[in-house]
Amino acid sequence: MRVTVRLFARLRDIAGTPELAREVAPGATIGSVWRQLVGDFPEFARYEQLISSAVNADYARMDRLLSDGDEVAFLPPVSGG
Amino acid sequence: MDTTAGRVRLQPDLYTQIVSMPLLAIGPGPLALEPLVAAVTEGERHGVGTDGAVATFLGLVRNHNAGRRVRYLEYEAYEPLARRAFERIAAEVEGRWPGVRMALHHRIGRLEIGEPSVAIAAASAHRADAFAACRYTIERVKQIAPIWKREFFEGGDVWIEGATADPDDVEARAKAERVACA
Repeated sequence: MRVTVRLFARLRDIAGTPELAREVAPGATIGSVWRQLVGDFPEFARYEQLISSAVNADYARMDRLLSDGDEVAFLPPVSGG
Repeated sequence: MDTTAGRVRLQPDLYTQIVSMPLLAIGPGPLALEPLVAAVTEGERHGVGTDGAVATFLGLVRNHNAGRRVRYLEYEAYEPLARRAFERIAAEVEGRWPGVRMALHHRIGRLEIGEPSVAIAAASAHRADAFAACRYTIERVKQIAPIWKREFFEGGDVWIEGATADPDDVEARAKAERVACA
């Protein structure tokens, strides 16, 4: 199945794109998408303990199971205000 | 000689615009407190009359940070999630300070030195709750809202990275409440 990945701030800069598509196996979680990305972009590794994540524009944990067509977002530490 | 000096002239169009202002918003438009104050006190002008206080907060782009001379900031957000985060913060405020009416607007895009980046207003029967709800709101925005600022300073630029955004982190929430009620 196919998911869309949204990246923000420093993660977007590292990847060089705000959005990318990933093929994932059934049973994939947000965490498995993250591990794919760390493989593609080794600089992501230092964010392992710092990021939070969302699915379809709602906060979700890394063990959340994904469905075909989901939008997965990875959020580096925030700095609004 | 201007004989209308000192009088308030009603502007019906502006009035309509102000009262239709959403309580929660994120976008590229410039911010001001007056429309938020109008939005949180709308009922008061229609005879409700129970409010005794409005507390406001306006966050500004500062010309220095961590020893750097800041030129300007660029804010970006995951907008649909930011709106949900604002709704969550509003629900937390309502749960903790029942009856308080809160408005929260955040700006994104390029902001120059001195421009407002965030505006908050909270109306309540008593000042203590209005101040606390206002302070709690900005603390929670900084903790959980998916918004990022990129600082352009003399000599380079850097993404500012603060808190890991976890709305269910009870310790962070308790900390925001402690700060708000200090």
